[in-house]
Amino acid sequence: MKAYLTRYLPILGLAILVAALQAALSALKLEYYMTQLTMAAYYTLVSLGLCLLMGYAGQVSMGHGGFFAIGGYGAAVIAGLGIASWLSIPAAVLIAALVAAAVGVPALRLRGHYLAMATLAFGIIVLRVLLGTKLFGEADGLSDIPGFRLFAGIAISGKRALRVQNYYIAWTLVVVGMLLAVNLVNSRVGRALRAIHGNEDAAAAMGVPVARYKLATFVLSAVYAALGGACLAHFNGGIGPGEASVLKSVRYVALVAAGGMGSLWGTLAVSTVLTFLSLRGAFGLYDDAVFGAILVVIMLFAPDGILRLLGIRR
Amino acid sequence: MGAAPLLQYLLAGIATGGVYAVVAIGFSIVYNATGIINFAQGEFLMLGGMIAISLARILPLPVAILAAVLVTGLAGVAVQLVFLSWLKSPTVLRMIIITIGLSILLREAGLHIWDEKVHALPFFSGDETSSIALLGARVSPQVLWVLGLSALMVVSLGLFFRSTLLGRAMRACASNPTAARLCGIRASTVVTLSFFLAAAMGALAGCAISPLTQTRYDMGSSLAVKGFTCAVLGGLGSIPAAVTAGLVVGILEAASVSVLPLAYKDVVAMGILLVILFVRPQGLFTRRRAR
Repeated sequence: MKAYLTRYLPILGLAILVAALQAALSALKLEYYMTQLTMAAYYTLVSLGLCLLMGYAGQVSMGHGGFFAIGGYGAAVIAGLGIASWLSIPAAVLIAALVAAAVGVPALRLRGHYLAMATLAFGIIVLRVLLGTKLFGEADGLSDIPGFRLFAGIAISGKRALRVQNYYIAWTLVVVGMLLAVNLVNSRVGRALRAIHGNEDAAAAMGVPVARYKLATFVLSAVYAALGGACLAHFNGGIGPGEASVLKSVRYVALVAAGGMGSLWGTLAVSTVLTFLSLRGAFGLYDDAVFGAILVVIMLFAPDGILRLLGIRR
Repeated sequence: MGAAPLLQYLLAGIATGGVYAVVAIGFSIVYNATGIINFAQGEFLMLGGMIAISLARILPLPVAILAAVLVTGLAGVAVQLVFLSWLKSPTVLRMIIITIGLSILLREAGLHIWDEKVHALPFFSGDETSSIALLGARVSPQVLWVLGLSALMVVSLGLFFRSTLLGRAMRACASNPTAARLCGIRASTVVTLSFFLAAAMGALAGCAISPLTQTRYDMGSSLAVKGFTCAVLGGLGSIPAAVTAGLVVGILEAASVSVLPLAYKDVVAMGILLVILFVRPQGLFTRRRAR
């Protein structure tokens, strides 16, 4: 019983915090903050997926911006086809999952530097294809993406009147994603992933299907990323090739590292706060430099993350 | 396609391939001394090019380039001493993330010290219009400069490793650090020197290609991935293998331009990397199993 409480109470707390923040922002007439909080939620989905992959399964990916872009561009192109409008997000996420499986089968046999470079190369390939293909709008990206209708009157869209409901849609996805991730890492599979992180050979000797679990986690993390990308493309009404850039991919790695590698809650907190600040323009011209500095400083002085440094264990 | 255009592609490919080979050797030197893949290797080419461009406004070109090579080499040493030297047995993941972070900091430094525009060194001899007739093909003399300088670096590095005490000490550290230390070789000196060599060579290559491909603050990451491709192809160690791999990648890339749209040029090199990693991660010329 106690174990369930410690697992699910924080998620309930998160949901309450989300609602309380909305109430506070509405009361203070600061509703425009909700736009960036919605965007931060979608970027945070990527960080959460990457946290499962890097923090728990111990596999580095420097190409998650590529999956985010596949989700976003996929949704945009499918929505532009004019066929069933409900199809765009599910189909885009499915495409990203298939790509992740195709890349993951060979790539995850690699370790360390080799895996890092392979995923980096994957991200650059996605970027170059986006930049070089008319269908994807080349350097301009795609715009005029319609909203994504969920139910009557409820849609993922950047319209001002829908700001509050979009805030809730995005954060509901984060809460559900968090619930799923927390359940996963506390299950038999989660323990197996940690064993893989510790020592792949030892995990295999204990009967853990190493290759299958690594691939499944890779695909799952790509699904998180693509879902974030697809929703953000509908929310913003546009998407650009920069989403697939090396800097974007590395940024997610920075957020997971700063969150403490194997800490979903740390990643959630750090990713939300830093992405929100970045979207508000708090770092000005030094936006990318800030994330580079975070990577270096955190990894040099606090490889267990910011929260652990402050004495918070989770 | 006639013989002359073919030769032209070939020469262009060999020139860029030479640069990739130099980046690959930079990776190998540092990897052999430390077991680290320095993801910031590509940024050294950018730094070298940018510093030389700035200095060339007040100094004669050869002096500016020499100074840029020295400064970049020292920057490599600084990176190693400040950020990496004091870490005790860090995990691979940690080292990857630190060097990636450093590469971002270096490129952002490039962005803020210079700007987001493309810059270029003047051509070493002649200008952009001058060309040399070679077996019916016309090539810019700068292509020959790139080739010559790459070859010079590769040959002198080979001599350095073979015939000098310091070079031998570096090889000893690469093959067995403990035994090397027992022989009185100071491992920390070797590591620092390897960073100096990798950065300085990168800087010289960065200067040599600057008139042809221009220098921009964000040129490092794709150069790093291509150089790494060549390093892996060559098995991360042997210099001749890295050179061969560099030429192969350079020529394939140049040839791809005649078949695929220019925008897909990088895709070819990255595709080669993925195929090599997936099929033969130990490289083409070695038998060691890569992890």
